[in-house]
Amino acid sequence: MLNTVYRLVAPRRFEVEFNDIDLHSGQIVVRPTHLSICHADQRYYQGIRPAEVMREKLPMALIHEGLGEVVYDPAGTFQPGESVIMIPNTPVEQDDIIAENYLRSSRFRASGFDGFMQEHVALVPDRVVPLDASVDKIVAAFTELVSVSVHALRRFDSIAHERRNVIGIWGDGNLGYITSIFFKAMFPQTELYVFGVDQEKLSQFSFVDETFSVMDIPKGLRIDHAFECVGGAASQKAINQMIDHIQPEGTISLLGVSEYPVPINTRMVLEKGLRLYGSSRSGREDFLKTVELYKTHPEIIGYLSNIVGAQIEVRSIADMNRAFETDIHKSIGKTIMLWNK
Amino acid sequence: MVFGVILAGGIGSRMGNVEKPKQYLKVGNKPIIIHTIEKFFVHEAFTKLLVLCPKQWVENTRNLVKKYLGAGAEHVVVLEGGTTRNETIMNSIAYIEKEYGVDDDTLIVTHDSVRPFLTYRIIEENIKYGLEYGAVDTVISATDTIVESVDGKAITSVPDRKKMYQGQTPQTFKAKKLRELYLSLSEEEKEILTDASKIFVIKGEKVYLVEGEVFNIKITYPYDLRVAESLIQDQKSGK
Repeated sequence: MLNTVYRLVAPRRFEVEFNDIDLHSGQIVVRPTHLSICHADQRYYQGIRPAEVMREKLPMALIHEGLGEVVYDPAGTFQPGESVIMIPNTPVEQDDIIAENYLRSSRFRASGFDGFMQEHVALVPDRVVPLDASVDKIVAAFTELVSVSVHALRRFDSIAHERRNVIGIWGDGNLGYITSIFFKAMFPQTELYVFGVDQEKLSQFSFVDETFSVMDIPKGLRIDHAFECVGGAASQKAINQMIDHIQPEGTISLLGVSEYPVPINTRMVLEKGLRLYGSSRSGREDFLKTVELYKTHPEIIGYLSNIVGAQIEVRSIADMNRAFETDIHKSIGKTIMLWNK
Repeated sequence: MVFGVILAGGIGSRMGNVEKPKQYLKVGNKPIIIHTIEKFFVHEAFTKLLVLCPKQWVENTRNLVKKYLGAGAEHVVVLEGGTTRNETIMNSIAYIEKEYGVDDDTLIVTHDSVRPFLTYRIIEENIKYGLEYGAVDTVISATDTIVESVDGKAITSVPDRKKMYQGQTPQTFKAKKLRELYLSLSEEEKEILTDASKIFVIKGEKVYLVEGEVFNIKITYPYDLRVAESLIQDQKSGK
């Protein structure tokens, strides 16, 4: 079936192209309805990725956070009209040790191949997760981002030692906020401190035990483990602060993306016997866990709705540009495209 | 009940020196008519898809549908078209009447078989507004200035472009109403019909507009075929 794909062909320029979806391939055809813009999409849209990366990746449809409605399922597992969250990570092999999101062979939407800015998206059946009708679809649009936090938290649970009296999360942006919400849901007994730069943003973290300005951390403050949700140029300072304030043998989970190598105080990492581990993206199990937490902790949806920014109906390429431009000028929050293509 | 009515009745006289009607030419790796049928096939709203084509192409069309849709071919009925576009539509309504009965809300979404680039949204909005208003036409704003000339030699008038639209398909109608209006037309009135929405307009009935897409092109001339081919070829450029 002919399918309209809206690909970024150059910075700030989307063009219509077509592909042909094979209706006999066993894939599910989903019509996107709610798409959420991520920093990674913005780096392509604004052309701030290195020129060679832009040249290699474009043209490509952006967006890897989104949900849609099933249009066609040859196996009949899903009914037409059923809401599903789409999983952007697409493994091509199975491995008993390495998770699907770390396999170098896995492909990722809007990074290795076309993302969700399409009329229809064809997916292997295990790349969709049903969404309960009770969950707000605007919030569910960025479930992928949420599942990245959930993935990091599950990884923390399997890697960090059992002394978890106080945990610190660095970062007052969307990722820090989401990781904090789910940390509280998954580890309610642990005290959670959040470290950020913007007092206004930090005031939104009403559900955590303490918030601190990174400019003014009490000298004697100690944490057992830490999460870095900062990324970019500020990563260096954040990671070294964590190293300063963490107890020996603690773990530091790195979630923030940086375009450049980050210098780290390895002397103190050695002296304290710290473990730094990366977390990136997520897999099907993380999506399932996330959707389960939506159900068991309905208050989460309320917290997440606080970071919904602009909602923009998209019927044309001009609307797509408007959504991305609006997203650039926000301070916090997710821009949602109400996709009607 | 909602029916998809795909009009493949034309014999392609404008297509130049080709042997087949244009809807049977391949674009990408499938005949154009199959691309068009597939867009309707995945939409759950349709009770059946009716494909109306020239008599001598009925069997061939059935074979193509079986070849490309497999078991899904059961969802598609291939019928013989009429002498004109509107007679073809009347054939489809006659079939629906015979097999399912036609009531006030029976809706037909009629579409040119040579417009394979229509979108799910266009179909969806045709159904939505067709049920609500009874008659819908898919259009895009005119980008060229339209001029009217009665004698073909000099301009009679230049209508305000802001009020001008170019008609595409689908066109969607309540089947019963369409038939009633069509049968009430005089032969002279029937002669000036270029499409089905005009039947409503002549009779003073409202036809609502659904926004089409610039790329929802009608493959009419060899040039269009080249354009369509290049649009589909672009899939290879996606990373």
